[in-house]
Amino acid sequence: MAVEPRQPQETAGAQPVGNSEHWVDPEPWHVHREQPLTPEQERYYTASQWRLMWWRFKRHKVALASMWILALFYVVVAIAEVVAPYDAQTRDPLHIHAPPQPIHLFHEGRFVGPFTYGYQMTLDMTTLKRIYEPDRTVVQPLRFFCRGDDYRFWGQWAGDFHLVCPAEDGTFFLLGTDRLGRDMFSRILYGARVSLTVGLVGIAISFALGIILGGVSGYYGGWIDNIVQRLIEVIRSFPMIPLWLALSAALPPTWPPIWVYFGITLILGLVDWTGLARAVRSKVLSLREEEFAQAARLLGAKPRRIIGRHLVPSFMSHLIASATLSIPGMILGETALSFLGLGVRAPMTSWGVLLNDAQNVNVVAIYPWLMLPVVPVIIVVLAFNFLGDGLRDAADPYS
Amino acid sequence: MLRYVLHRLIVMIPTVIAISVVTFVIIQLPPGDFLSAQISELQAQGEGVQTERIEYLRELYGLDRPIWQQYLHWAWGLLHGDLGWSFEYDRPVTEVIGDKIFLTVVISFATVIFTWIVAFPIALYSATHKYSWGDHGLTFLGFLGLATPNFLLALVMLYFANVWFGTSIGGLVDPQYLDQPMSWGKFVSVLQHLWIPVIIIGTSGTAGMIRRLRANLMDELQKPYVVTAKAKGLPPGRALLKYPLRMSLNPFIADIGNLLPDLISGSALVAVVLSLPTTGPVLVRALQSQDMYLAGSFLMLEAFLVVIGVLISDLLLAWLDPRIRFSGGQSR
Repeated sequence: MAVEPRQPQETAGAQPVGNSEHWVDPEPWHVHREQPLTPEQERYYTASQWRLMWWRFKRHKVALASMWILALFYVVVAIAEVVAPYDAQTRDPLHIHAPPQPIHLFHEGRFVGPFTYGYQMTLDMTTLKRIYEPDRTVVQPLRFFCRGDDYRFWGQWAGDFHLVCPAEDGTFFLLGTDRLGRDMFSRILYGARVSLTVGLVGIAISFALGIILGGVSGYYGGWIDNIVQRLIEVIRSFPMIPLWLALSAALPPTWPPIWVYFGITLILGLVDWTGLARAVRSKVLSLREEEFAQAARLLGAKPRRIIGRHLVPSFMSHLIASATLSIPGMILGETALSFLGLGVRAPMTSWGVLLNDAQNVNVVAIYPWLMLPVVPVIIVVLAFNFLGDGLRDAADPYS
Repeated sequence: MLRYVLHRLIVMIPTVIAISVVTFVIIQLPPGDFLSAQISELQAQGEGVQTERIEYLRELYGLDRPIWQQYLHWAWGLLHGDLGWSFEYDRPVTEVIGDKIFLTVVISFATVIFTWIVAFPIALYSATHKYSWGDHGLTFLGFLGLATPNFLLALVMLYFANVWFGTSIGGLVDPQYLDQPMSWGKFVSVLQHLWIPVIIIGTSGTAGMIRRLRANLMDELQKPYVVTAKAKGLPPGRALLKYPLRMSLNPFIADIGNLLPDLISGSALVAVVLSLPTTGPVLVRALQSQDMYLAGSFLMLEAFLVVIGVLISDLLLAWLDPRIRFSGGQSR
């Protein structure tokens, strides 16, 4: 708050007391009147906790960059239908296992704007392998903001608007095609929708479980604590991926894909909450003895309110940081499950489902672009790790 | 010490029982399980010999008894080393598992050693050269190791081995030793193949270990006794190795408990990609075909391995650190 610095000469209401030489200032005393704060200091001292954390977070440049990369990924995921040049299920039977088509700008030294060369396919009659060569005579300029494949936006609204489309009667397979002639780039974009949300939904489940069980265990102690701790110990004894595999193998094969999706997120969350619960428990254990918790108890607050309103918010930032750090594990878990064919099923697409095609090394050796979904997986996991690292550093702005 | 060992062993018992219950629940989870499918198939074929098989299976699993009795029956079998019947292989599970569990243990053990050998010098360098280029570079590499899923790394390495050397790096022995009994030649061949999966499985664990050891050592190096030691003129190497390093080594051993589940879990997938003869591929196959007794046994054994690993690490820790020994294992 702004306080006028005192002017010693003009102490307005100062009165001599009795006959003494002492002058008493009737104004309330304030330290900042003696030592005025610079505007920066003032901004700093009056900032809220979350603002302080944001300032500290901004200093971690890699984490900041990761945040923007992830934001970009999630925006693309939200509008995947528009960004992808093809629909995820569109098959081009003439271009099966076609290699990536690079974008060119100049044709025979002349600028034509972004375009792709057509394919020229020959069939190797001994190995029955399709060999594609770029056809340097066929120029296929890309179209932008155009009408292309029909889709249902979010499965609801029909549309055919795309940011970029191949030329009329042309092709634009930026990352090649798979065994059914489907565009890999579009499929990676669609697959991101499952892969990137699985972590978020899963972490929401594990977050809720971790706070409730960890909070109760730390707050009550005694035999409740003992039971929860043993439970955590047992769950942690199982290697995570085999346990995920076993549980997802138990999902009935008759379920529709969307149920399977939620089943998988539930499984991911059910196994993952133990680490978070331990963190919550140790924090609650130390915080429940603090004065503010005791005050709340004396005022008659119920345990649920004390844990939920008083204890948990005081270490929420730490929880968010550690939750961010466990999202990549879930993304990898889903990828692993689908990679082995025990996770999300067709027609749903995820990065793991795409990688399922790359399981065989002979296939990968001939069609290496089938391995490309590895790249976004690593980028996203790395970005989440850096983001979590930055958040963890920023979580305690008063240190 | 003896009291502590006894205490730890007694605490282990309920954990193992709980693990077996969870495993049994998982075995029972799939709605149309292999067993009833098998039985109905046998019944469809009819004939006298088959009814004997059905009776045998019923007897084996106590199918007509209530569920808790089935569990007791199964757990009693476990205690006698009877892990149930694998329907896919049509043999007892113990025969199917064979040396696969042994190889899993070998690979896990080798990976733990690898993790230590690699993480130790790197963490030492990173902690003493804080925020230098080397430290940043190594930290980034560590992050990359953490972020790259093991099975994808295996896939990429398979690809490049194929492109550059034209060989396949899969498997754990040369083909001529495949169904041979253990011999010196086979042992050497295993050693020659072992390092690839060990490196692949070890990357993420190593990265995590480096980060923890670095953080621990940095905490320790800031403490007053180190400053005192330096002020008194102890040579820098001695001031580092004599106490701070020892202090920060505790988590090395304590971490086996965290490392082991990760290793086994990671190796399951790597083994599928590299087609190693460990538990991973069999587990995945069993799950895909809902051969739940086989899958359950693997899960149970792997969890049991982890419990044993944690026990060993706890005992080692108690042996190293008297504070734990005398508080009767209340810490952790």
